Amino acid sequence: MQSVIQGILRPLLESFRDLAPIIVVIAVFQLLILQEPIPNLGRILTGTVLVVLGLTLFVRGLELGLFPIGENMAFAFARKGSVFWLLAFAFALGFGTTVAEPALIAVAKEAAEVAAVGGMIADTASAREDYAFGLRLTVAISVGAAILVGVLRILMGWPIQYLIIGGYLAVVVMTGFAPEEIVGIAYDSGGVTTSTITVPLVTALGVGLASSIKGRNPMVDGFGLIAFASLTPMVFVMAYGMVI
Amino acid sequence: MELLHLIWETTLGTVRDVLPIAAIIFGFQLVVIRRPIPRLKETLLGFAYVLVGLALFLIGLEQALFPLGKMMAHQLTDPAFIYEGVERTAEAMHWWDYKWVYLFAAAIGFATTVAEPSLIAVAIKAREVSGGAIGVWGLRTAVAVGVAVGIALGTFRIVTGTPLHYYIIAGYIVVIAQTVFAPRMIVALAYDSGGVTTSTVTVPLVTALGLGLAQTVPGRSALLDGFGLIAFASLFPIITVLGYAQLSEWRARRSNPTGE
Repeated sequence: MQSVIQGILRPLLESFRDLAPIIVVIAVFQLLILQEPIPNLGRILTGTVLVVLGLTLFVRGLELGLFPIGENMAFAFARKGSVFWLLAFAFALGFGTTVAEPALIAVAKEAAEVAAVGGMIADTASAREDYAFGLRLTVAISVGAAILVGVLRILMGWPIQYLIIGGYLAVVVMTGFAPEEIVGIAYDSGGVTTSTITVPLVTALGVGLASSIKGRNPMVDGFGLIAFASLTPMVFVMAYGMVI
Repeated sequence: MELLHLIWETTLGTVRDVLPIAAIIFGFQLVVIRRPIPRLKETLLGFAYVLVGLALFLIGLEQALFPLGKMMAHQLTDPAFIYEGVERTAEAMHWWDYKWVYLFAAAIGFATTVAEPSLIAVAIKAREVSGGAIGVWGLRTAVAVGVAVGIALGTFRIVTGTPLHYYIIAGYIVVIAQTVFAPRMIVALAYDSGGVTTSTVTVPLVTALGLGLAQTVPGRSALLDGFGLIAFASLFPIITVLGYAQLSEWRARRSNPTGE
């Protein structure tokens, strides 16, 4: 009985500790600096309880579901030995998880507005929709390509810094040529592509691959897939802005 | 009752977001790998935990933290608060007038990053892979400090109206220089930590702060200047994580000067 309580209580406490900084920051600013009361205290308390519960379940689910499946896929592909199917899977995973990402849909819509105001596209509803959809597709393809290249890097053992620094140089060069309005959106799009479910899956895939291939170190070679997924959208979105 | 309805709706929403991922995984498993998934029941249970957990997490945020955080972002950027009733013209605006905004940006950036679920996932994995050498809290604190610095600097940029790409390019140069000197095993993880900081918790609050600032600072357009905070939040953690590794290496070397 005691171990059951501990098994439930400890993770809950840990989640609460994760959230404590937010609560402190909001309370301090609201009460001391803005000097206003906290509105709807009851609703805020329920909300906080839900957040703590949700985070606890999520972390448990990570260890039970997302990490094992990512690793198992990596082992299975390594055993099968088909590079083609592994790369196809990598691209599909990157593309599929990004194209429907709600954060990306929101950013694409805002970007279409910026483009319409900036005179890059006609200021009509259909032109904006086309632009936003094209942008979403561009970002999804760029993330697919990123995971593909990232997996290829793990297979070949290429050092990550050359690829990433090369990507940075591409971003810097393209910043000089891309329309000014798109630059801010492009820089931000790198951050919004990697969702909470994609990150653990992709991380487990990379680490699993690096640990099942001889001569690869999971620490040095296993990480880095997310880095590619946040870099390529910047390049592709600026290219999209230059082409349209 | 309303809450239950909301939980149901949000869970359906997260299920819809996860469907493409599940379809790809199970599709490849069935067609290409053609092997049963080991411990299928447990894995599915884990997926269910993730879905329900994420839904509860999002609802809780919507109920509690987002409205308050967004409201505060608005109040802090409101000229009425900044000038405290003192008559000031737009010309006399000084970047230091927004000091509370920078402090709030740094504090909220730090706090939301600590609670970011994808960062927790990567930190757990990093500890596992490094055999405990990289602690969950060490990594998360390093990343959170990076986000705090990044977002504070990002709000400063919006207030002063300096071009975004100068900051980003300067940040890249720092990252490249650090990469040369940092321990090799941290490099990939550090690059990754840039991408994981900005998801469910940080993005909505930070976006509200950026838009609020761009709307109230004279001479800024919400559409053109509101962007860029996410870029700051994804660049600076790379610098702090590399710095954290360099610092630990330096300290280890100092306490053990013979080298081995």
